[in-house]
Amino acid sequence: MVDHTVKAFDADIGQLRGMISQMGGLAEDAIALAMQALQRPDPALAARVRADDKAIDAIESEVERLAVRIIALRAPMAVDLREVVAALKIAAVVERIGDYAKNIAKRVPMIDGEHRIEPISLLPSMARMASDMVRAALDAFAARDPEAAMRVVESDAALDDFYDSIFRTLVTYMVENPRTISQVAHLLFVAKNLERIGDHATNVAEMVYFAATGTQMADRDRGGATSEDER
Amino acid sequence: MTHKISAKDVSVFYGAKQAIDHVSIDVDQDNVVAFIGPSGCGKSTFLRTLNRMNDTVASARVTGEILLDGEDIYAPSMDVVQLRARVGMVFQKPNPFPKSIYENVAYGPRIHGLATARADLDLMVEQSLRRAGLWDEVKDRLSDSGTALSGGQQQRLCIARAIAVDPEVILMDEPCSALDPIATAKIEELIHGLKGRYAIVIVTHNMQQAARVSQQTAFFHLGQLVEFGRTGDIFTNPREERTRDYITGRYG
Repeated sequence: MVDHTVKAFDADIGQLRGMISQMGGLAEDAIALAMQALQRPDPALAARVRADDKAIDAIESEVERLAVRIIALRAPMAVDLREVVAALKIAAVVERIGDYAKNIAKRVPMIDGEHRIEPISLLPSMARMASDMVRAALDAFAARDPEAAMRVVESDAALDDFYDSIFRTLVTYMVENPRTISQVAHLLFVAKNLERIGDHATNVAEMVYFAATGTQMADRDRGGATSEDER
Repeated sequence: MTHKISAKDVSVFYGAKQAIDHVSIDVDQDNVVAFIGPSGCGKSTFLRTLNRMNDTVASARVTGEILLDGEDIYAPSMDVVQLRARVGMVFQKPNPFPKSIYENVAYGPRIHGLATARADLDLMVEQSLRRAGLWDEVKDRLSDSGTALSGGQQQRLCIARAIAVDPEVILMDEPCSALDPIATAKIEELIHGLKGRYAIVIVTHNMQQAARVSQQTAFFHLGQLVEFGRTGDIFTNPREERTRDYITGRYG
């Protein structure tokens, strides 16, 4: 796409996109560190993840301010308007992703007990999968790539399957080891948080798709079979 | 359904220079259509073909077909004076006659023989000024000169004058470009109120205005109609790259 005649407009949009990337990076770090803290377990690291979440919140406020400013001062149209609106919404979603990471960190002290819970070793791969989706969705935003966004949406099914299998494993474990129930219940929430992170990455990808193409991904999907049939 | 105005394959030449290049577009009765595009793109030229204002330019030549209610307005049998009563026009700079407010509005109905009795004429003047949203501001000074009004009031007087001959279509060529934002808002509100009663075509350089007042938008570039569609679509998701670049400020 060629540059705007008014160069400052490009600078504003560039700044907005930069902040989204930065937020995304911080959210990925938060997921990785929260999982590290959970595995070791390392309550100090968990506390740091919780504290660092404030940085993500702060950037979200910045994005909101800049997006409103761009809308007010530059009256963006068409692809520019879609992109600014998408940035606004993506920032809110990434902030939520940060909250899920923070919530995982919050559970670290509760899981830390005398029993080593074996199925905990399943969670890091699930976390990587969720985190990869977040990164891929934000990369798609940076590249304005609707095809990449589509692939993120498609990959969510695998994460959901992963969650279902971990859920069953953890329930079985609880049945067999009733004394660990309160610890494992927290792990269930961790798995659920990771599954939700994947859903949010999917939302981001849908927004990226809309910003890039001007059509909703759902509209495109509704080709032959209705979603009712597919369920 | 039949269109109020249907332009088919219209080209306009000024001497050897082609100003409009095979443009086809339909305007419906109950719509406001905005023409946008950079200076020199032909939007005003095309607007002027719709009531044969280009006839006054000696070197201008129009090819193709423009139908008003299915009737060719360039047919030899077409009475141009009658045509311009049916397709009224409002210009960029308010151009009231140097006559009283009353006479500005009464002039058209009188020469077209729409009213002869004073009472009928009074009624037409009042009704036109009301529709133009000017009545309350001028009802006590109808004999004052039209040129003594403010710019925005003058423009509404010109709209009242156009309305007075009971047109079917109103063409507006940048009607707000000489007005301040408040007067502009009044004209836009007026356009909204006139919608449905008249088909309206407005040329504007102000894209926000096009977005605010129209249901359909046509983007012209280098004499061609690049894209014509619903205003909401044009401004959120234009199909053509040239439209996108223009409305997002990437026009080189």
